[in-house]
Amino acid sequence: MSFTPHTLEDRDEMLATLGVSSLKELFADIPKSAHLAKLDMPDGISEQEVYDRLHALSHKNAHELTCFIGGGFYDHSIPSAVDTLSSRGEFFTAYTPYQPEVAQGTLQAIFEFQSMICRLTGMDVANASMYDGGTALVEAALMAIRSTNRPRIIVAGGLNPIYRRMLDTYTRNLHIDMEELPVDEGAVDRVKLASLLTDQTAAVIIQNPNFFGTVEDFSDIAAMAHAHGALMIASVYPIAMGLIKSPAEMGCDIVVGEGQSLGLPLSFGGPYLGFFAVQKAHVRKMPGRIVGETTDRHGNRCYVLTLQAREQHIRREKAASNICSNEALCALRATIYLSLLGKQGLTDLAKTCMTKAEYAKAQFAQIKGVRIKNSAPTFNEFMLELPCNASDLVAELIPLGLIAGFPLGRYYPELQNCLLVAITEKRTQVEIDAFVSAVKGLLK
Amino acid sequence: MSKLIFEESVKGRKAVSFPKPSQAESAYATIQLPKALAATHPVELPEVSELDVIRHYTRLSCKNFSIDTHFYPLGSCTMKYNPRICEKTAALDGFAGLHPLLPQLRRGEALTQGALELVWDTQRLLCELTGMSGFTLQPMAGAHGELTGLLLIAAYHKDKGNTRTKVLIPDSAHGTNPASAAIAGYEVISVPTDAHGDMDLEAFKALLTPDIAAVMMTCPSTLGLFERNILAIAELAHANDTLLYYDGANMNAMMGYARPGDLGFDVVHLNVHKTLSTPHGGGGPGAGPVGVKESLLPFLPTSIVEKDALGKYWLRYDRPKSIGYIAPFYGNFAVLIRAYTYLLHLGGNGLKEATEYAVLNANYIRAKLKPYYAEAYSRICMHECVFTAELQMKKGVRALDIAKALIDEGFHPPTIYFPMIVHEAMMFEPTETESKETLDRFIEAMIRIAKEAEANPDSFAEKPLTTEISRVDETKAAKAMVLKA
Repeated sequence: MSFTPHTLEDRDEMLATLGVSSLKELFADIPKSAHLAKLDMPDGISEQEVYDRLHALSHKNAHELTCFIGGGFYDHSIPSAVDTLSSRGEFFTAYTPYQPEVAQGTLQAIFEFQSMICRLTGMDVANASMYDGGTALVEAALMAIRSTNRPRIIVAGGLNPIYRRMLDTYTRNLHIDMEELPVDEGAVDRVKLASLLTDQTAAVIIQNPNFFGTVEDFSDIAAMAHAHGALMIASVYPIAMGLIKSPAEMGCDIVVGEGQSLGLPLSFGGPYLGFFAVQKAHVRKMPGRIVGETTDRHGNRCYVLTLQAREQHIRREKAASNICSNEALCALRATIYLSLLGKQGLTDLAKTCMTKAEYAKAQFAQIKGVRIKNSAPTFNEFMLELPCNASDLVAELIPLGLIAGFPLGRYYPELQNCLLVAITEKRTQVEIDAFVSAVKGLLK
Repeated sequence: MSKLIFEESVKGRKAVSFPKPSQAESAYATIQLPKALAATHPVELPEVSELDVIRHYTRLSCKNFSIDTHFYPLGSCTMKYNPRICEKTAALDGFAGLHPLLPQLRRGEALTQGALELVWDTQRLLCELTGMSGFTLQPMAGAHGELTGLLLIAAYHKDKGNTRTKVLIPDSAHGTNPASAAIAGYEVISVPTDAHGDMDLEAFKALLTPDIAAVMMTCPSTLGLFERNILAIAELAHANDTLLYYDGANMNAMMGYARPGDLGFDVVHLNVHKTLSTPHGGGGPGAGPVGVKESLLPFLPTSIVEKDALGKYWLRYDRPKSIGYIAPFYGNFAVLIRAYTYLLHLGGNGLKEATEYAVLNANYIRAKLKPYYAEAYSRICMHECVFTAELQMKKGVRALDIAKALIDEGFHPPTIYFPMIVHEAMMFEPTETESKETLDRFIEAMIRIAKEAEANPDSFAEKPLTTEISRVDETKAAKAMVLKA
């Protein structure tokens, strides 16, 4: 099966048009010595056989366990209409809207996405999306370096440790210094920050809520950064924006984040959705595609890719970024999701997540030897300090059908006894109670 | 003209309902964020019903040309049919519901054996398809693959103590090539194309100095032509310890006939959303897996899926020479499920057949249009053919005008003004999944347009006439900068 519709008659007629006698002749420019005899791959199989194979593979995964892991990637419910609409072929089999007359559907949807991201974050301008939250953060750091023409970035200790590693990978060859603030579940160390900030600092990066679940008002940090001419970058959790003061109000210049929570399945790590928003002064330094409103010849309102002079297909090696594609279909899903959620719905959903998490915290706090380690407010994720190794506890609970959370010892050797627990609206009281009593039982 | 979703909003209207806290949980609703932290106002999302949302986005979708609705010969994008079985397998609960941090738990790999096997087997099949020794599936797009490949090349040279600061790139290359090289920290040197559409070998020799880290090539080139000097280029490069990078944008022209690895390429990226038929999604998500020869294996990103002696799959994180984390996890996994499904479904024989018919279709268009449009280079092409609108320009009709006229004929336009070295370029890539009847209708339309350009060149300014909107004011968009509602 190759989905080629040609009959043998078609083939022969077409070959005759070209004046060649076989398909093979069309490949005469490939040097003979490099011709491949045959791909060492099995022949194709039927649709049913492929499905059976993939179905069997999918059953080797423990997806049915009750999941209390977050760490930046959350098990939120997805309304059915998101799948229905995003699986329309008119959306998912189109490509980048280079020809606006025949791509208004995609262009308007992206314009709505940009608008929603601006409203969520309070920022002036958002782009059409990035690959994921991690690469969005990397691009934000690179943009700050370009904008300020300074070589140093200060990173808060509460940044997702995977994103922290990504920053290292991408900046290794670029003569950029990464400076660390101490790892702490709570507030950013202002004294240390003040000692690191200089006129060589391009940006300060923080995450809110931080990796350990703590929510913080970083308005004063933004003011400190600005006093030194540095930019303030925040990576935020979009669902939390229903309850937390917007990063724009806290003084951010660039806001990025992972949009997976906005209607995308966990899917073992992707595809996800990076969002990227800036204040207007920075728009021309912003990476990624941008859609703008305009009119056609007859004055009708319409949408088009704009500010393309920043991009690689025009500027080549001088471009703001090497990015060509975005995650348009994921952005479409997020736009549909946020439309379905609505104004009151986002507040309600965020409140539900926080309330359930507070309930869970209260139950865990009653277990002897267990402590909620966060010393400041949290949203839907928190850190349990246990009287035992957290990895051991997680392993013990798997046979009971639950994934208790993420053991922090994996990235922080000093936190071997700490477990990061996330609660979404999908976790029922029954599931939370079962989790709590299982922990109680184990620690007896 | 459509309303924006915000303009359909009515105060107090709601769509879906989400789970609410239980009674016992609700007792904790009084715990709130301190005032300094709390939102000052609700986020202004639209207030609409579920049916409003369904109608709004269904209407929007109908404004798009797509593979499902139109022939879409957008050059260098490989707009082939996207088989629906791939959508079905990607949506399987056992994949879609899987948290990416699970394998990082102790013995957590046991919880994700199916997903890890899929990654491992995809790595293996891509190695065979390209002739490489190892693959990372982490890069999330073609350009992301390019950057990954260049970081691998930088790590290779650093490890050997080589000081290399420059990358050679043909002037026909896609813009992402120089942009990726710059972001990886390299200076870019452009290599000219010769009169036959191959890389200018003499110019290449002169530019191949000891500070060249790599040569980035697209093969077949963006002109749709196989690079006939490739073996000589590889030999010269390797003698200089310069690595050869393969931009896989055009791999649909070579499957089963030749492998980049056998041609001398050291690093390869594939665009699975092109060659392996994963949907383009209106501009992503794609995936850009990167393959390398043995000498570069130690540098591949963290992590790599391996298979142990007992047949169990596991993630190797302990890789001291690795360039590190390119993506948080294992790449765009659900895109890779689709690619894997496609690879199994077509098999070695099907992939080769896909390539054969992709090349046949492109040459058929080339042969039929030759009397009416000027070819950029007159040679047998691979999976795409490049024309110039030079003949039509004599009457003032540009490639852009021809593109808009095609819309009125019911076809998506080709790629225009690329490659940049071809004046008024028009690049047609029909792919293998289009029938002779479709190609014939398209060719007839192109011939009608050529005749119209001759007889009535002034008529083009108004085109397209059949779409809801006419040509858009791009200058106004850039000046007014209305980027949100």
